[in-house]
Amino acid sequence: MTATENMASEIVSAGTSEGGQELQLRSDVSAKAMLRESGAVLRMSESQVASLADTRSDDQTMIINMGPQHPSTHGVLRLMLELKGETVLRCKPVIGYLHTGMEKTGESLTYMQGGTNVTRMDYASPLNNELVFSMATEKLLGIDGDIPERAVWIRMMLSELNRISSHLLFMATNGMDIGAVSMMLYGFREREEVLRFFQKVTGLRMNHNFIRPGGVAADLPAGWRDDVLGLLDALPERLAEYEILMTGQPIWRERLQGVGVITRDEAIALSATGPILRSTGLAWDLRRDLPYLRYDEVEFDVIVGSYGDAFDRYSIRLNEIRESMRIVRQILDRMPQGDYRIQDKKVTPPPRGRIDESMEALIHHFKIFTEGFKVPEGEAYVAIESPRGEIGCYIASDGSATPYRMHVRAPSFVNIQSMPLMMHGGLIADAVAVISSVDPVLGEVDR
Amino acid sequence: MSQVAGRVTDDVRFVSKTDYLRTLTALRSEGFEMCADLTAVDYLTHPGRTLAPEVASQITLERFELVVNLLSLSQRRRVRLRVQLSESDPSIDSAFDLYPGTEAMEREVFDMFGITFNGHPDLTRILMPEDWIGFPLRKDYSQGSIPVQFKGAAS
Repeated sequence: MTATENMASEIVSAGTSEGGQELQLRSDVSAKAMLRESGAVLRMSESQVASLADTRSDDQTMIINMGPQHPSTHGVLRLMLELKGETVLRCKPVIGYLHTGMEKTGESLTYMQGGTNVTRMDYASPLNNELVFSMATEKLLGIDGDIPERAVWIRMMLSELNRISSHLLFMATNGMDIGAVSMMLYGFREREEVLRFFQKVTGLRMNHNFIRPGGVAADLPAGWRDDVLGLLDALPERLAEYEILMTGQPIWRERLQGVGVITRDEAIALSATGPILRSTGLAWDLRRDLPYLRYDEVEFDVIVGSYGDAFDRYSIRLNEIRESMRIVRQILDRMPQGDYRIQDKKVTPPPRGRIDESMEALIHHFKIFTEGFKVPEGEAYVAIESPRGEIGCYIASDGSATPYRMHVRAPSFVNIQSMPLMMHGGLIADAVAVISSVDPVLGEVDR
Repeated sequence: MSQVAGRVTDDVRFVSKTDYLRTLTALRSEGFEMCADLTAVDYLTHPGRTLAPEVASQITLERFELVVNLLSLSQRRRVRLRVQLSESDPSIDSAFDLYPGTEAMEREVFDMFGITFNGHPDLTRILMPEDWIGFPLRKDYSQGSIPVQFKGAAS
């Protein structure tokens, strides 16, 4: 009997088999047993699947490919779906289509250049990637406590605005996937306004390389406060529109409520973080629970859901935009004056003006940008809360100017594992809603 | 947490390959519910890696090092395990049974370093194509030195 046939007969006989009678309490079942029994992951290789294709015609189940070229797979995610009629039995996410060896590349870039590499991983929240890389580097340098206040608060503001722009992108793509196509236009419109602010501050809409080890690349431009206030004033009205367009709409609720359900134990077992974990009702947010920057000094609520379904994940993200706006308002009130980068000659290039006057400054500038700075031997892991969950950076240094090993714990890469479980037993049309609610960024999945 | 020169450093523990699963089981019952990250480092060209003398005297350094970051949601703390794996036998027991979330991470480590995980349900390449030869993140895998491999392309 082949694997698919096995699966089909298991489903029919699951309730009557002898083994099924020895039931344990749910709380006593290990996470592994729970996942094994639901059997949501299709553990077959491409060649195995290909060899199945021509064998039988009267098969009860079929395996189809969704992606890698599919509008709702958010890039180049490919899913092998085992279907029985329209019901998804098992699924295997096949990734790697965007793999460009960024961790290997990171080993040949100096700590100064590393930001340009990591910022391209999660291209929907580049500033969070830069932040975690910079924090890991600073931890190795031992200067993580000496970053000037203004730099810290600028980092926080950009990180929160990036969360807003990332969640707005989610609103757009989620709307499009479910069929609310006008939502795509609105989401992109609002996101573009945030990106315009990023462009003014960093020079680029995306892939900024603005947050660097030691601080940020430049001070905020003149008039930044009015721009941020403009954003904060315009957004609430737009969010209210989203509520009318989506939250209250019966079709929207029908498509999302009860779809892609995951329980708290399953989410923890599968290492899922971010909105997926919070949708199960667990208030876990690194900004509050393991605070970094100055998140312990601002007030905000951790948004949680109660059913662990796609609708919860949608409304968590919508309300996180509001919480981020609340944080940004507090940052505006408290933004200190001062330096925007550490005045440690080792990691900070001399100011532009000095280069014209002093030969030493010119040499120093040249050396920092060609050779970079040396980082003491050691290893460090730093994790922060990105819009998608825990993004971590592990750097092992051998004392040279480039990381010996640079690893990024990408939240999308880990979160994708929960997809088969969420899709199990659902309709194939709901699979689209599930992919969308996980909100993976494939640049980060494949790195 | 250990204090070094007034700064709070990470809680890092060196675990031997044979104690790996036992340690994970113990830590899991201590409240480390989640395996946040699992990765590896190839210390081929930097075998010495500076360690505190009291640590260095107790362990034999090997070429590969498995790095596991566990997270306790209830106690809000992390612990990092470093496991030495020899060049001749780069294999270790899979943590899948304790932390199913390590499935993709272990596949990635297998794909990139060629470290095998005993008992893993589906130990196949994850990022590279299925028929790829070599392990890209190993230090002796030099970029550009081998012919570029693409399926079905005329060579």
